[in-house]
Amino acid sequence: MTATAPAPVPNTRPARTYAAYSRPLWRRVLLTRESAIIGLLVVVIAVSLAVVPNFDSPLTVTYLLRDIAPILLIALPMTLIIITEEIDLSVASIVGLSSVMTGILTQAGWPFALAAITAILVGAIAGVVNGFLVTVVGLPSLAVTIGTLALIRGIAVGLLGTTAVTEFPEFWSDLAKDNIPGTPIPGIMIPFVVLAIAFAILLHFTPFGRSLYAIGLNKDAASFSGIDVGRTKFWLFVMSGTISGFAGVYFTLLYNNARGDNATGLELQVIAAVLLGGVSIFGGRGALHGVIAGVLLIGVLGSALRLAGVTSDIINVITGVLLVLSVVSASLLAWLRRRRISAIGKKKERELAASSS
Amino acid sequence: MTATTAPPAKPAQPGSSAATRIVSHVFKARETGILIALLAVIVVATTVNPNFLFSSDGFRDLLLTPSLLLLVAVGQAIVIITRNVDLSVGSVLGLTAYLTGRLFIDIPGIPVIAVFLAGIAFGAILGLINGALVAFARVPALVITLGTLYIYRGINVAWTGSDRINASDLPAAFRGLGTGQILFIPILTIIAVIVLVIAAWVLRNLRSGREFYAIGSDPDAAHLYGLRVTRRILTAFVLSGALAGLSGVLYAARYGTVSSAAGTGLELQAIGAAVIGGVAISGGVGTVWGAAIGAYLLLTINRALPILGIQDFWQRAVVGALIIGAIVLDRVLAIRQHRKLIEAREDVR
Repeated sequence: MTATAPAPVPNTRPARTYAAYSRPLWRRVLLTRESAIIGLLVVVIAVSLAVVPNFDSPLTVTYLLRDIAPILLIALPMTLIIITEEIDLSVASIVGLSSVMTGILTQAGWPFALAAITAILVGAIAGVVNGFLVTVVGLPSLAVTIGTLALIRGIAVGLLGTTAVTEFPEFWSDLAKDNIPGTPIPGIMIPFVVLAIAFAILLHFTPFGRSLYAIGLNKDAASFSGIDVGRTKFWLFVMSGTISGFAGVYFTLLYNNARGDNATGLELQVIAAVLLGGVSIFGGRGALHGVIAGVLLIGVLGSALRLAGVTSDIINVITGVLLVLSVVSASLLAWLRRRRISAIGKKKERELAASSS
Repeated sequence: MTATTAPPAKPAQPGSSAATRIVSHVFKARETGILIALLAVIVVATTVNPNFLFSSDGFRDLLLTPSLLLLVAVGQAIVIITRNVDLSVGSVLGLTAYLTGRLFIDIPGIPVIAVFLAGIAFGAILGLINGALVAFARVPALVITLGTLYIYRGINVAWTGSDRINASDLPAAFRGLGTGQILFIPILTIIAVIVLVIAAWVLRNLRSGREFYAIGSDPDAAHLYGLRVTRRILTAFVLSGALAGLSGVLYAARYGTVSSAAGTGLELQAIGAAVIGGVAISGGVGTVWGAAIGAYLLLTINRALPILGIQDFWQRAVVGALIIGAIVLDRVLAIRQHRKLIEAREDVR
C-alpha cells in the first residue's frame, strides 16, 4: 500500500474563502429539485408537441386535466403529510367510499348537494380515524393507513357489492365535465387552483407551514420548541380525508359511476407524483410547485405516450422507473455532496497541517 | 403492587420449572392469541355448517387455500423484521406464475424441478433488484418496492398481453402437485410448512437469523456494532423474492390458469398476515409462525363469512379491522411493558 501512495501535490491555488463555497442565487434557484422537475416537464411538453400527433389539440388538454384532477387534489395534503415524515395510504379507499356514499344517498332520493356534502364529511371522518390512530394512539402512519386502506375499501365494497350507481342529476354531472367557457380547461381546475394557492400559502408562508418542515426534520426538537406535533399531524390527516372525499364526489360525477372499487391504486400514483416532485420520504423537504409539476409530468407523459400508441402497461413501467430513479438520484446526489464536503474538509486539514509545520 | 411486581415468572427465572416456563411462554406469546382467534373462527363456522371442516373438500380447502399466501407472508415477515417492506411480492408472483407456464409451453418436456428452480431463481433476482436499490441507495423500501410493483406488473402485462396460460398447457404431473395430497394433507401445504419450519429455525437459532432482528430493532446500532447490514437487507429481499417466486410456480400448479392479473393485491394480504400475526411494522419484533397463522386466519375468515351469512364483499373490511386491532394491541402491550420496566427500576432503587 505504502509504495503506491503518491507524493502530496503542492497546492498552488490561492486559498478560497467560505463565500466561494456557498452557491450564488441563480444556482440556488435553478439547481433545485423543483426546477429540475419543472424543466423536465417543459421538455416533455415541447417534445410531445413536436413529435406526437394530436397532442396539441384542445381535447388532449381537457382529458389530461380531467383525469389527473383527483391526483392533483389529493397530492396537496399528501405533500404536507410526507413533509412531516408520515404517509397516508388510505386516500384511494376514501375516494372509493366517498364515491359509494354519493351513489347510495343519491339513489335513496337525497338532494345531490346534500349527498355530496355527506360523502365529503365521511371522508373527513375517515381522516379523523387515521389522525386519531396516528397521533393519539401513537401508531406508525404506514401501519395505520395500510389497515384503513383495507378497512375503508372493504366498507365501500361491502356497501355496494358488485353493483354500481350510474344515475346522477344531469346538472351536477355536467358541472363536473364542463370546461371553463371559452377554454379547453375543465372547471374542476378552479377549485383545484384555489386549493393549491391556499395550500401553497399555508405551507410556504405561515408559521404552521414552517412547523411542518420542523416536524419532518426532527419531531422531538419541534416538540421542544413548542410545536404541538400531535395536533398538527391530526389536522393534516383530516385535511387529507376531506379532500379525498371531495375527489371521490368529483370522480363519481366525471365517470357517472359510483362503485366500491373506484380509484383503486390511486394512492400509489399520488405518492409517486409527490416523491417525483421533490418531497423527501424522510420528511422535512419539498415544495408544492415541485409536486404540481410532478403530477403534471406523470400526466403529460402518460397522455403523450398513449396518443403515440404506447400501451398503458408500458406507461406503468415508465411511472415506476421514474419513481425509482427520482429517489435513487436524490440519494446519489446527497452521497456526491457528502463526498465533496468531506473532500473539502480533508483539503482544509491538509492545508492546516502544511501551514502549521 | 410493589410486592408482586418483582417475582412473577420471568421466563429466565431460575426457580421456575421447565413446564411452567413453557406454559407461561405459550400464554404470553402473541402467536397464541391469533391462533385462538383462528380456532374460534373454525369452530364457529363449523358449528353453523359442519361441512366447513368435516368434509373432505372443506378440510382440504382449509389447509390448501392459505398455503400460497403463507409462503409470501413468511418472506414478507423477514423483510418487515428488518424494518423494511416489500410491496412488489404480488407482481413477482404474477411474473413467475406466467414464466412457469411459458417454460412448459416453450420447452416441451422440461423437468418440473427445473421449472421450480427457474421460478425461485427468477423471483430471487427480482428480490435482489429491490434489495440492491434499498440497501445501496439507502432509500426506504416503501418507495422502491412501490416503484418495482409498477415496473414488474407492467412488464408482466406487456409480456402476457391478452395471452394467458391454461390448465391444458401444463403437464399433468405438475398439475398434480397443486391438487394432490399425501395422507389427507395437500402437497402444497407440506411444501409451505417445510419452508416455514426452516425459516423459523433460521430466524430463531442462527446468528444470521438473529441479525435480522438486531437490524430491525436499530439499524444504526447494528451498523455501528459491525453487523453486515447491507448484506442482511439484501438477503431479506432475495428471500422474499424467492418465496414469492416459489409461490408463483405453485400458483400455476394450483389454479392452472394464469392471467396477467395473477397476484394483484397480494402485497396487502401478505403485509396484513404478518402484522396480524404480531410482526411489528417498525421492525425487530415477530416470528414467521405468527405471519403463517395470520395468513391462515385471513383466508379462513374469507371462507367463513358466506357461511355465517355475511357477503364476502366485507372480507376486506374484516382484514382492515384485524390489522388495526393488531397494531393497537401491539401498542398497548408495548406501553404496558414499558411501564413494567419503569416500575421494576423504581423497585430496585
